[in-house]
Amino acid sequence: MAQPVSSIDVSAVAALANLDLDADELDLFAKQLRDVLEAVNTLAELDTAGVPPTAAILTHHPVDRPDERRPSLDRDAAVAAAPDASADAAYFRVPKVIG
Amino acid sequence: MIDADRSARERCERALDRAEALNPSLNAFNTLARERALERASAIDRDRDRWRGAPLAGVPVAVKDNICTRGLRTTASSRMLADYTPPYDATAIARLEQAGAIVIGKTNCDEFAMGSSNENSAFGPAKNPWALDRVTGGSSGGSAAAVAARIAPLALGSDTGGSVRQPAALCGVVGLKPTYGRVSRYGLIAFGSSLDQIGPLAATVREAAALLQAIAGADAADATSAPEPVPPYDAALTGDVRGTRIGVPRRLLEDGVDAEVSSAFFAALDALKSRGAVLVDIDLPHARFAIATYYLVSTAEASSNLARYDGVRYGFRAAPPPAAIGHQAPGGGAFTLHEMYAKTRAQGFGPEVKRRIVLGTYVLSAGYYDAYYRKAQQARTLILRDYEEAFGGAAAVEAIAMPTSPVPAFRIGERAADPVQMYLADVFTVSANLAGLPAISVPCGLTAPGTGPSAARSGLPIGLQLTGRRFDESTLLRIADAYERDFEWSTRQPTLA
Repeated sequence: MAQPVSSIDVSAVAALANLDLDADELDLFAKQLRDVLEAVNTLAELDTAGVPPTAAILTHHPVDRPDERRPSLDRDAAVAAAPDASADAAYFRVPKVIG
Repeated sequence: MIDADRSARERCERALDRAEALNPSLNAFNTLARERALERASAIDRDRDRWRGAPLAGVPVAVKDNICTRGLRTTASSRMLADYTPPYDATAIARLEQAGAIVIGKTNCDEFAMGSSNENSAFGPAKNPWALDRVTGGSSGGSAAAVAARIAPLALGSDTGGSVRQPAALCGVVGLKPTYGRVSRYGLIAFGSSLDQIGPLAATVREAAALLQAIAGADAADATSAPEPVPPYDAALTGDVRGTRIGVPRRLLEDGVDAEVSSAFFAALDALKSRGAVLVDIDLPHARFAIATYYLVSTAEASSNLARYDGVRYGFRAAPPPAAIGHQAPGGGAFTLHEMYAKTRAQGFGPEVKRRIVLGTYVLSAGYYDAYYRKAQQARTLILRDYEEAFGGAAAVEAIAMPTSPVPAFRIGERAADPVQMYLADVFTVSANLAGLPAISVPCGLTAPGTGPSAARSGLPIGLQLTGRRFDESTLLRIADAYERDFEWSTRQPTLA
């Protein structure tokens, strides 16, 4: 199944996930992920030709609902838990993006 | 229903007093909500007429800390949400409160529900009331401990791969994972969205049934909640299992099951047989692939769900390095946006959550998706078909019996260093989540008093698991309740100072 597990570039994967891992974590995770992927490689034994994938157990088909305005979370309440919200105008603030 | 001759306030005060007294040794609660609970209790006592018909009026409930409670800190046992106070209630909480129940506090769990021992909590492990040096199981460890220690008669947990049933088994209480879609997930902090369900924990099957009754049913806020009608679960508790066909996947149980767990399990089957149940040998040929399938599917979903924790809308945000503080721009700091995301996630998440995000991101990434994620989704189909065959084929069973956990509670720290060993704790529970089926764990014994080295593991609870047909929680409750009538396990309590 796939390529040998030893070649995972954990730092590249961490970058995809926006995770800043330190050198110790990179080493530890490289080893542990190799162990986990080796353990899950038992799936390679399984003949899955022609087997459809199951993404979710849907017990019914979600039905449409009327497109009507409904009450939702108040704007002040929505930003109240933000680590940096503007006090005056109920916005989320982030580090400057455009120079 | 429970202790109904006392006032709601009295019941809640007793629960809170016991929680405060025991929490230093159990670490079962992250937050106690004394003021909020007593206010509600007094309101119920003042207006007895209005609450007379409410099924859970005045009953204290402990709630896992990954289920949102309006105005009450909800941390998911993560540094990321250590100071998060939700602006809304989960549907399950709103329904509990409509039924008159009172939330007394939020229980410890593995961080973002990722774990099988509660050792991955940012607030330290919960301790097993039966042996304080042992794990509660996880991830709903605090909820199981709170019920086992008789702090609260009822608790809510969530179950993505066994997180209600396994701690219920290890702490000697009843735990039920409903059918996928039976209970709204609105307000449950998402881990694996195709697997997650909120479920009840209680000392007895009857109480678990009452709690499920209160929270089950369709919800417009969760498109995956199911419109199937909710039957009266107490009507199922007849004690009659005559002719009920229970499947036993014997081949699956041949290896890796602790000898005492195995003998308690088979003794429980004998008891059901003497009540008239029919035991049927079945085969679940793909069940041995369930752990691998589960850890690929659940980590993939988790890596996506946890992308939302980026230090912008709620929760923790990393501070820029001290040298740069003098140069902070208004509204930002000296981080670039991407640095802020990556540092926030590095500092906010604990090791197991990071490990799963990395694994999930890897199996979804280009070049590996087909080999891992798609392969796992196909395996999921085969696992699901095994169950369909057992329930609908010639065997025509109504429930499938397995031990809940292959081992009783292990020592804190014993498995923490090796993720693969830890993941194997879920070998019998993950299939029900992959297949979307309901499953219950009911206490079926305690490990024997031993001498010498084995004395250390005497008197630890063992759980019997029953998995059922979709939306047929009633049959599981009926069998588990019938079993409970013959044994005193539900009345056994740990000795606590």
